[in-house]
Amino acid sequence: MNRTQVRSGKSTDKARSGSRISPQPEEKFSEIKKVIEKYADREGCLIQVLHEAQQIYGYLPMEVQQFIARSLDLPLSEVAGVLSFYSFFSVKPRGQHTIRVCLGTACYVRGGKKIVDHLCESLNVGVGDTTEDGKFTFEIARCIGACGLAPAVMIDDTVYKQVTPAKIDAILSRY
Amino acid sequence: MNIVRSHVLVCGGTGCTSSNSPEIIKQFNKELDKRGLSDEVKVIQTGCFGLCALGPIVIVYPEGSFYSMVKPEDVEEIVEEHILKGRIVKRLLYEGDLKEAKVATSLNDTNFYKKQKRIALRNCGVIDPENIDEYIANDGYQALAKVLTQMTPEEVIDTITASGLRGRGGAGFPTGRKWAFAAKEDNPVKYVCCNADEGDPGAFMDRSLLEGDPHSIIEAMAIAGYAIGAHQGYVYVRAEYPIAVKRLQIAIRQAREYGFLGEDIFGTGFNFDLDVRLGAGAFVCGEETALMRSIEGHRGEPRPRPPFPAVKGLFDKPTILNNVETYANVPWIINNGPEAFASIGTEKSKGTKVFALGGKITNTGLVEIPMGTTLREVIEEIGGGVPNGKKFKAAQTGGPSGGCIPESLIDTPMDFESLAAVGSIMGSGGLIVMDEDNCMVDIAKFFLQFTVDESCGKCTPCRIGMRRLLELVDKITSGNGTLEDIELTEQLCYHIKENSLCGLGQTAPNPVLSTLQHFRDEYIAHVVDKRCPAGVCKNLLRYQILAEKCIGCTSCARVCPVGAISGEVKKPHTIDTSKCIKCGACMEKCKFGAIVKN
Ligand SMILES: Cc1cc2nc3c(=O)[nH]c(=O)nc-3n(C[C@H](O)[C@H](O)[C@H](O)COP(=O)(O)O)c2cc1C
Ligand code: FES
Repeated sequence: MNRTQVRSGKSTDKARSGSRISPQPEEKFSEIKKVIEKYADREGCLIQVLHEAQQIYGYLPMEVQQFIARSLDLPLSEVAGVLSFYSFFSVKPRGQHTIRVCLGTACYVRGGKKIVDHLCESLNVGVGDTTEDGKFTFEIARCIGACGLAPAVMIDDTVYKQVTPAKIDAILSRY
Repeated sequence: MNIVRSHVLVCGGTGCTSSNSPEIIKQFNKELDKRGLSDEVKVIQTGCFGLCALGPIVIVYPEGSFYSMVKPEDVEEIVEEHILKGRIVKRLLYEGDLKEAKVATSLNDTNFYKKQKRIALRNCGVIDPENIDEYIANDGYQALAKVLTQMTPEEVIDTITASGLRGRGGAGFPTGRKWAFAAKEDNPVKYVCCNADEGDPGAFMDRSLLEGDPHSIIEAMAIAGYAIGAHQGYVYVRAEYPIAVKRLQIAIRQAREYGFLGEDIFGTGFNFDLDVRLGAGAFVCGEETALMRSIEGHRGEPRPRPPFPAVKGLFDKPTILNNVETYANVPWIINNGPEAFASIGTEKSKGTKVFALGGKITNTGLVEIPMGTTLREVIEEIGGGVPNGKKFKAAQTGGPSGGCIPESLIDTPMDFESLAAVGSIMGSGGLIVMDEDNCMVDIAKFFLQFTVDESCGKCTPCRIGMRRLLELVDKITSGNGTLEDIELTEQLCYHIKENSLCGLGQTAPNPVLSTLQHFRDEYIAHVVDKRCPAGVCKNLLRYQILAEKCIGCTSCARVCPVGAISGEVKKPHTIDTSKCIKCGACMEKCKFGAIVKN
């Protein structure tokens, strides 16, 4: 099982695409601190905190995990254990843009695999990896809810419909 | 107050949003403003109409003109011609059957909608999901008022039981019975949960319901709370559904403002509130015990049952969990009576079911049909058949826990019992159509890859067994399989089913078993003839150029990424099979049908 590679995500999460430029780490930590205070007395809030922390920080490296564990008074193993269980959370920094090719059933049946193969080759990355220039992170999604428009590809928050290998090249050249 | 003479409904579901519907709304507002019509014509962003393939969809009332594939550039014409001059823009009409006849006033006149019966989806595409007043105008919160002021909890449960409503999340457990179990528990703290984790890749009805009619879920959960004696509910939604999450949060806020959630609802002394919890991309969290672990903030691993959640669930308190679509039926049942609901459907499967039609079918989208409608009606009449003149081969229902229904069984009624009888399941409602170009062994492998990735790893049969099963099927599709491997595959399937801890492992071999049942000859072709009849499995493919058809245009040689094609201009070309990587690019490129694979 490789949870960081195949994400079962349907559709967008701003978490991963946005906030690359903005605040410095210290500010981000204080933002995370605020989130934790907001949830402090609610039972079972760890996952919600991780969601918001990822939105703020972009991903969840060890420093952030340690910070959350300390602030919530939880063992680090608990935080890391929960985080690694869910494919939505990422511990690696991400490319500028996230390409997500849908391999849900509808898209698979309509040839989504061809697009995956094509991108692996043309971007020279494996699924789950980021291109050398840091421009694209390439992932697979399981249904982005656009089954009527299969095969679908999502780049950051934009869904492209009825994509073919030729079309995807043209689309990528715009980024 | 202004009199609104026209309503423009624009679909704001995920499908149409990705086809640029927000821009269309902007354009409408701009054009209307320009002409000073903003007070007379109201633009409403609704939930999904169901016909996603033809999105973005715009409906103009009172005429009910159904415009499909509208582009932002078309908006000016619609406003100028239709709204200002009253002339319908014919070229944009949905071409199903509306174009000829004079424009139908109701969607129900189109083939796509004619056979449908919209109960769960009754408000989707009809109201603005971000406006509670529109929900109220369509009988919203009436059922909650009736329940709280005129019915005892027992009467509510009896009503749901009498309606014959069964869970729409997969297993089809009678909802009234589930509620009765939880009601019986003597505990001051109980919970009501809603499963909006929608794990089946290829199903999106729960998402469309939350996006199109979030209040019906809130109302139903409050009713359930009253019935079992709970005061707190949780909706567990995938974080990957941002629009649904947003609309649900807006709806909860509005319901609190109106006093439909919170303390002393309708002055009856009944308290109930709701919280949204986000999932984080783990399929197994759709399973009820795993879902509850996840709401508690832990790794979403399932646990053995009993104790069942109705006795010991969330935070160890009695809990009921129902699917989004199950809840969506509840207010309708209270308002219209259990008999009305029970009069629809078959003897054991009452009411309707929403299916997400996808794959090789003309009208992809959401359909809601009475239980017992045949697969043929869904595919040929509502779905408009298989496109491109291809032949229907199979329909897959139930996603990774389901199976494939072959063409010979196309007259199977779609209800819990009949689907189980042909080796599939109802599941949550994904319905993927496959044509002759799809390899059934490959489809089985596809689902195995999914379940192998998603196995939580807690029990061995699922964690290890599924991996071995995938290896076996992979061996078959790569041309190295034997007849014994097919036998072994089948045996392993039964072992995994019998010994896994939770529903994921217990059902994960189903796609293999059902394809083995209905398409065994395809498996045999892979191992005996070393051939993939549908031409999908790469290792078994050979591309070939037919000399008599090739005119030597060289376009295939130019598109080949590995230089495997050679030949002189204007002379037949050939493929060097040792170099060929079977990408199929040449075949797509050839205009003369000179390249074949076998
Ligand atoms: C692996 C697995 C995944 C499931 N995924 C879902 C899901 O995505 N949505 C859902 O409503 N039920 C899902 N279920 C079924 C739930 O466990 C549960 O039976 C259901 O939510 C109960 O609601 P219902 O009685 O209204 O159907 C899943 C079950 C299993 C075993
Ligand atoms: S299967 Fe790709 S969007 Fe649903």
